[in-house]
Amino acid sequence: MPAPKRAKTSTWATKSGLAQMLKGGVIMDVVNPAEAKIAEEAGAVAVMALERVPSDIRRDGGVARMSDPDMIKGIQAAVSIPVMAKARIGHESEARILEALDVDYIDESEVLTPADDRFHINKHDFKVPFVCGCKDLGEALRRIHEGAAMMRTKGEAGTGNIVEAVRHIRTVAEEIAALKGQSEKRLRAAAKEMRVPYELVKLTVKAGRLPVVNFVAGGIATPADAALSMWLGADGVFVGSGIFKAKKPAKTAAAIVQATTHWKNAAILAEVSAGLGEAMKGIEMRTIPEGERLSKRGW
Amino acid sequence: MAKRHSAPIIGVLAVQGDFAEHIHMLERLGVEAREVRLPADLVGIGGLILPGGESTAMRKLLHRWDLVKPIKALAKRGVPILGTCAGAILLATKIVDGDESVLSLLDVEVRRNAFGRQLESFETSLTMEGLGSEGRSRTIQAVFIRAPEIVKVGPSARAVATLDDGRIVAARQGRILGIAFHPEITGETGVHRWLIAEATAALG
Repeated sequence: MPAPKRAKTSTWATKSGLAQMLKGGVIMDVVNPAEAKIAEEAGAVAVMALERVPSDIRRDGGVARMSDPDMIKGIQAAVSIPVMAKARIGHESEARILEALDVDYIDESEVLTPADDRFHINKHDFKVPFVCGCKDLGEALRRIHEGAAMMRTKGEAGTGNIVEAVRHIRTVAEEIAALKGQSEKRLRAAAKEMRVPYELVKLTVKAGRLPVVNFVAGGIATPADAALSMWLGADGVFVGSGIFKAKKPAKTAAAIVQATTHWKNAAILAEVSAGLGEAMKGIEMRTIPEGERLSKRGW
Repeated sequence: MAKRHSAPIIGVLAVQGDFAEHIHMLERLGVEAREVRLPADLVGIGGLILPGGESTAMRKLLHRWDLVKPIKALAKRGVPILGTCAGAILLATKIVDGDESVLSLLDVEVRRNAFGRQLESFETSLTMEGLGSEGRSRTIQAVFIRAPEIVKVGPSARAVATLDDGRIVAARQGRILGIAFHPEITGETGVHRWLIAEATAALG
């Protein structure tokens, strides 16, 4: 039965609130209902339904688009946890389709091929909440200003290499810290430079963090990677290729969940990291040409 | 409220979910809060909050780290427990459609995601018993996120809040309170004040 008649739906509190409920958890990329079930069983707080995990998108090339609605519906039917799905940057129509499918969150994602080289989706226009990627504070605040109710630092998806994810979460934190204690004049100048309202910058600096939930994404492949993300101040973790490209997906998934909860406890991290077999192979950053870096998409 | 000489420490289950919001609320109310991830973290606490989150993930983590038995033991000793949303599901004696009950401390049957998916998440005002002075009812603003509904209240528990359409969204059994919404994200302090008062009373 739906929400009561006189209640207000799709408010900022319900949109950003769902992200708050996902905190301290792991959101896993899945490409079919069977993988979705494995993720749920491992303790994932949500799944991201997509046709190919980022490492396969990277390998295959071509244009990566929104997933087939039937595939998304199949995953929605298979699990009771939230189901997210990706739309191309700026692709309002893909986002409308995902909204009509009743997904729980839309990821306006650089992992797919961008549809608009000038504008991101105006996310305030939608009832469904959005998560977006960022590399730095300006990018994060622009997305939030456009209506994103959740952020994730981009990292470099499909690499199994956490170095870019670390760079991005550190950059956001350092840029917030640098604005702390600055005069109104300086904050106004920073806001102008980042092309966002002064009030949003002021709110962020006062809170000492982004004003919405911020997960880490892009290159997380092991329990230790998840723990490092949390240690750097992430609210939770997205894992893409890292689970179903690992030797033992179910065990790796469960171990990453445990590590995200117990990120401060090295003894538990040692215990859950054991016996996982080979992690996904991974790619060294300097072997990826600038033009092929997914994190460069979006602005 | 009379000045307290020894204030209880309130534990907040921190395996997953919005535990930081609960801790922030408790600290705002001047109470010491403690994150609970392992059984040892429960020692010495005078009250416990099971936060919002994903109940399936939280259930797995409770079992994995042997937290079910010690939490039940706390309840048996009269330590008050508040469960919000996913936390209320963990407290229930019965869950509609499949999932096994976890803590079985609140005599209610709940339905997960009872209102639908995220697009049916909502805000409304409702009247809740026991939040005003001397246990009177008070109207509060409540946010429901992929929320559960209490479909049946057993003989040991009592409904304490319903929506306009009559659906039950909060129930109490002694010092155990389960609610389907999230006072921790709206800044509504009444429910947390209730828990602190119960915890203080339980200290004797």
